Amino acid sequence: MPRLLWEIARRSFRRASHYRLATAAGVFVNTVFGYLRAAVLVVVAARAGGEVRGLDEVDLATFAFVSQGFIMVVGVFGDRELAQRIRTGDVVIDLYRPADIQLWFLAIWLGRAGYQVLARGVPPVLLGSLAFELRWPDPWWHWGVFVVSTVLASIIGFGIRFCSNLVAFWLLDNRGVEQMVTMAVNFFTGLLLPIDLFPPWLEALTRALPFPSMLQFPVDVFLGRVSGWGLIWLLTQQLAWVVAMLALGRLILAAATRRVVVQGG
Amino acid sequence: MAELPVASTKAPPAPPPPAAGDAALGPLLDELVALWRLYRRLVGAQIRSEWQYRTSFAFFLLAQALITALELAAIVILLDVVPDLGGWSPAQVALLYGLATVPFALTDLIVSPVEELAVHVQGGTFDRLLLRPVSALIQLCALEFELRRAGKLIPNVATLVVGLVATDVELDVRSLGLLAIGLASGSAIYAALWILSASISFWAVSALQATHAFTYGGQFANQYPLHLYPGWIRAILGWLIPLAFVAYVPAIELIGAPNPLGLPGWLVLLSPLAGVGALAVALTVWTTGIRHYQSTGS
Repeated sequence: MPRLLWEIARRSFRRASHYRLATAAGVFVNTVFGYLRAAVLVVVAARAGGEVRGLDEVDLATFAFVSQGFIMVVGVFGDRELAQRIRTGDVVIDLYRPADIQLWFLAIWLGRAGYQVLARGVPPVLLGSLAFELRWPDPWWHWGVFVVSTVLASIIGFGIRFCSNLVAFWLLDNRGVEQMVTMAVNFFTGLLLPIDLFPPWLEALTRALPFPSMLQFPVDVFLGRVSGWGLIWLLTQQLAWVVAMLALGRLILAAATRRVVVQGG
Repeated sequence: MAELPVASTKAPPAPPPPAAGDAALGPLLDELVALWRLYRRLVGAQIRSEWQYRTSFAFFLLAQALITALELAAIVILLDVVPDLGGWSPAQVALLYGLATVPFALTDLIVSPVEELAVHVQGGTFDRLLLRPVSALIQLCALEFELRRAGKLIPNVATLVVGLVATDVELDVRSLGLLAIGLASGSAIYAALWILSASISFWAVSALQATHAFTYGGQFANQYPLHLYPGWIRAILGWLIPLAFVAYVPAIELIGAPNPLGLPGWLVLLSPLAGVGALAVALTVWTTGIRHYQSTGS
């Protein structure tokens, strides 16, 4: 089984690597948004006297670019492949396979995410560093923690989308649901604004959701805002969300396969 | 099917023109009316088909409204952290936001469906559109119309109204004129950007996303006072995609917001020109694209 999943992930990595032009186009967009957001956030920090809620100008600029780099890695805009297969009835084939359907799609997701880290994650940050002063993980072993945290973030992203895709068993056209999830992800992960800037009540609410674990937490590690036991606590929360989201996906899958007649009879 | 728009060609031959000026006006008008009927009919069909999945439609509409509202919330949160953005008060930023986003949402509803060209080129179905006796541009806008996109307009229009009220704009001829110029020119420029953006599919289908830096990026950038940005970004927003003149400058003129760049007010009068110019460029590129187009079929 692990061997099979590894092979699937490898092929998914390779498949993603074929779309060169699309990748370049995506990097361009992410970088432009990084510049715009960084410009605004730096002005805000300056207006607030060089620092807002523990984030200085360098932190905020770094946040703008690293978070743009995360968009594809954690799947902010989701992936509708499973939902489409449910819609067409092809999902029957996936259910027949001698491999677990959730792990199967997770392998595809992680293979692609691995490619996106290199192709869509790194370039916007490097391009951003041309115009803005950025902060890098320090000491060196924080890079390692950052990588672990990023992998966990990507799996949480998968877990959430796996659930929302399964809704297609009930609502054949689940685009509306996907949009709602995209909206929540955009806002509550810290992509639009670091959640530290939220009003205290909203920040507390947001920290109780799975979303910050998808983006804000790994970026916090990148910026070195967490250290010592804080790092352990952060990774523990992420791990808990990984388990919770994957388990929820299993529950929904069980309900769906028990209840629903697949398209095509 | 008796009233298919082809009927317009059956218009009786015009009597010998009395003056050279309005010679072509009659048939042209007929054609426009026919085109409008066709458009209405296609869009109506789209709306009826969307309505079949009511739950999904409601979700999507709500999601579009909420996504937009949350982007707005991000600005509100920033204005909670600092008292102003580049000297602009929350009320002034609200008005700017309204001016920047309403034209975007309008054209997102009406013109952005043209981006589906990418799907048609990839699938080879664009040929079918070319065979029909109506502009492919209009066909795409109608065939891919999605009413659910209108969700964005709700928070955008609401913010514009709030901005107008909160800044105590007196609704006289001058301010209404400024609003109309800003919104109309803004719509023209965004429409041009959507068409240009779609046209890239004639040459490189998979590069479509790059153009979102100008459409979505443009509307994002325009939500903040121009002087927050470094000079080179200002230059792009001022000259390359002249969006600065459809929100920032009219807002300054309307409410006398701080103008640290010292932009002259008459720039507003250039924005209709910029709109027409942008549309002309976009349509030229589009026509060139169609001429350049080679079907994916064998």
